[in-house]
Amino acid sequence: MKVHDIIEVLDAEILVEGDLDQELKTACGSDMMSDVLAFVKDQSVLLTGLLNPQVVRTAEMMDMHCIVFVRGKRPEQLVLNLAQQRDITVLATPYRMFTACGKLYKAGLEGGTAI
Amino acid sequence: MSMLELKYDIPGDDFTRAGEASGDVKQKLKKLGYNPAAIRRVAIAMYEGEINVVIHGGGGEAIVDVDPDKVVILLIDHGPGIADVEKAMQEGWSTAPDNVRSLGFGAGMGLPNMKKYSDEMEIDSVVGKGTKLRMVVYAQSPKA
Ligand SMILES: Nc1ncnc2c1ncn2[C@@H]1O[C@H](COP(=O)(O)OP(=O)(O)OP(=O)(O)O)[C@@H](O)[C@H]1O
Ligand SMILES: [Mg+2]
Repeated sequence: MKVHDIIEVLDAEILVEGDLDQELKTACGSDMMSDVLAFVKDQSVLLTGLLNPQVVRTAEMMDMHCIVFVRGKRPEQLVLNLAQQRDITVLATPYRMFTACGKLYKAGLEGGTAI
Repeated sequence: MSMLELKYDIPGDDFTRAGEASGDVKQKLKKLGYNPAAIRRVAIAMYEGEINVVIHGGGGEAIVDVDPDKVVILLIDHGPGIADVEKAMQEGWSTAPDNVRSLGFGAGMGLPNMKKYSDEMEIDSVVGKGTKLRMVVYAQSPKA
């Protein structure tokens, strides 16, 4: 799956445009950043309802390529600037966390961990 | 001989800046052409430590030594210290207040993550004085 496929599946709006042809292996959905940081398995997409700069930092540390803000939420410009500097694509989807994750899973994106 | 010695102030009053030091270390290691798996482990371990210095330690400093074969990360704060380090190391154990939890931290996973991603970790903490945390990540590690 590529970034532009995610945009289609989630009816997402592009807030920061990175490489839309970037291949994505697995995804992770959480509002607890330490939980995200606990499982490194080449996850390339982070779905979250949290809007602070630490979301981008977390994605940066884990070499993730794409952040999706759920439920139509939009972060401040400062957060978007940080993502831009790090070449991370930022999307906003109207769907809630459960639905957004479910749609991506159904479309073939997996969690990347055995359990 | 170290290839690079880096020093950072970690401000205690600005949560939005937490992670700047770790992000900078990550960029510098990339420029040096360091092993990508080791870079990621350094970045995550240091980031968790940096966040702890901000939310628990009231700010402090980071000193990072880069050698061809290892990265040594030292995090120092003069905050309240950790009364029971063994307990603090347990997954899920946290004293973070609700406002920290609403920022996405306080799961009690930071120290266990740091232990997992580093090859060596030592905590030297004195209640009322502060905390010194030292981590070593090897460029070539069986953990990678
Ligand atoms: N630098 C520090 N100074 C004082 N106390 C600390 C420090 N670092 C950790 N602690 C204590 O150890 C506990 C566990 O730390 P840990 O990083 O594992 O979890 P957390 O920071 O509470 O949550 P998370 O890391 O998941 O966001 C903290 O809640 C805090 O009580
Ligand atoms: Mg922590």
